[in-house]
Amino acid sequence: MKKITIAFLALSLSFYSCKDSDKKESKAKTKKEISDLSIYNLPSKWTNQDGKDIELKSLRGNVLVMVMIYTSCKSACPRLVADMRDIESKLEKKTRQHVKLILVSIDPNTDTPERLKSFAIENKMNQDPWIFLRSSEENTREFAAVLAVNYKQISPIDFSHSNIISVFNPEGELVFQQEGLGVSNEKTIETINLEAAKL
Amino acid sequence: MKKHIFILTIFFSVLSVMNAQETGMAFIKEGSFIPLYGAVSKNPVAIKSFYMDIYPVNNSQFLKFVQKNPSYRKSKIKGIFADKSYLSYWKSDLDFGNAKRNSPVTSVSWFAAKKYCECQGKRLATMDEWEYAAMADTKKIDARTKKEFNEYILSWYEKSRTYENEIGKTFKNYWGIYDMHGLVWEWTSDFNSIFLSGESRKDKSTDKNLFCGSASVNATDLMDYAAFMRYASRGSLKAHYSTRNLGFRCASTTKPKSNLN
Repeated sequence: MKKITIAFLALSLSFYSCKDSDKKESKAKTKKEISDLSIYNLPSKWTNQDGKDIELKSLRGNVLVMVMIYTSCKSACPRLVADMRDIESKLEKKTRQHVKLILVSIDPNTDTPERLKSFAIENKMNQDPWIFLRSSEENTREFAAVLAVNYKQISPIDFSHSNIISVFNPEGELVFQQEGLGVSNEKTIETINLEAAKL
Repeated sequence: MKKHIFILTIFFSVLSVMNAQETGMAFIKEGSFIPLYGAVSKNPVAIKSFYMDIYPVNNSQFLKFVQKNPSYRKSKIKGIFADKSYLSYWKSDLDFGNAKRNSPVTSVSWFAAKKYCECQGKRLATMDEWEYAAMADTKKIDARTKKEFNEYILSWYEKSRTYENEIGKTFKNYWGIYDMHGLVWEWTSDFNSIFLSGESRKDKSTDKNLFCGSASVNATDLMDYAAFMRYASRGSLKAHYSTRNLGFRCASTTKPKSNLN
């Protein structure tokens, strides 16, 4: 019975997702056009660490600094989080109000909003400008594809993943990527300040 | 609850009627195998039963899709979803030019392939599913150790412009599907779970600084050169890339509805 319901849901969902694009298109025409290269073209829905549903589009107008992690990660992720924190601490004062730093989970099954919340608190990141996001596995895979982040589950609790920090301008266009751990973040910070100064 | 079951019953009786028609998919029975890449400590990967398109999607099928979905036409598609070479061999939005209607559609991005399958009520196959279905020759589920089988695949890699051929002209494999080898490369849903890059310059698959945990995923058998080529190629792809020798076909977890084409 459960299986049938799931199959039914999957089918109706897939129909929905197909028609979705046409709807979006007509909507986009009435509003201010979203640029071709913008991540705000992605229709995916996300949930933050407070359990609140958000659309990526609601972040439009901010410079976004994004990284994909999972909270049970023991090796690279703490360093990635540290890199993010380091970037945040070095931002110019007037830049800060225009910037959101976002950590996206690649392990949505484990990283429930509650889990993200406690991770945020543990890491003293449970306040603006930090946002933690999770979505379905499919949306996550798609989002990673946009960021050119590769990842693979290698055991029930572990993932392989690329260590990339991405910067998006207020229109949601990818403007810079920092690849690797503990690399110099000078260029990243410069890009963020530059983009925020335009606002 | 009763009402719920009632609705479901109607839904599925409609489905089963539709199933009587040609669905264009083959049933791939569950099993397990050790893929070349991505298996953890050489443990077999379990594959659940699924359905797979018998042929790759062809030009005329894709034409119908872009007719219904204007935002996926070559002049309309957004840059984030496809690069400039998207459908580059098509004459215009609704004309695939000199290409044969029965040839595989190629130069499509992962986003477009994914959307096409969604619109059919299907999905792309995972990489493991694809490799599982592709290791069969005409007689055996797993022909990877057969010399002729590997020679066949490798000889295809050396042929040029096979993407101009029509679908269904290569061999029908154990599962009843065609063209897994010999025609075009195909997108998979999780192509971006690979940690090999095509460029040797950037090939740092064991570099912990770039890839967390990368040391634990390794090729199980580098001698399987044919498969290694496929994984390497996937590793070099990005989701908005569209190239002339890369097409796709759809899969489904549940029994397919009638073909919507």
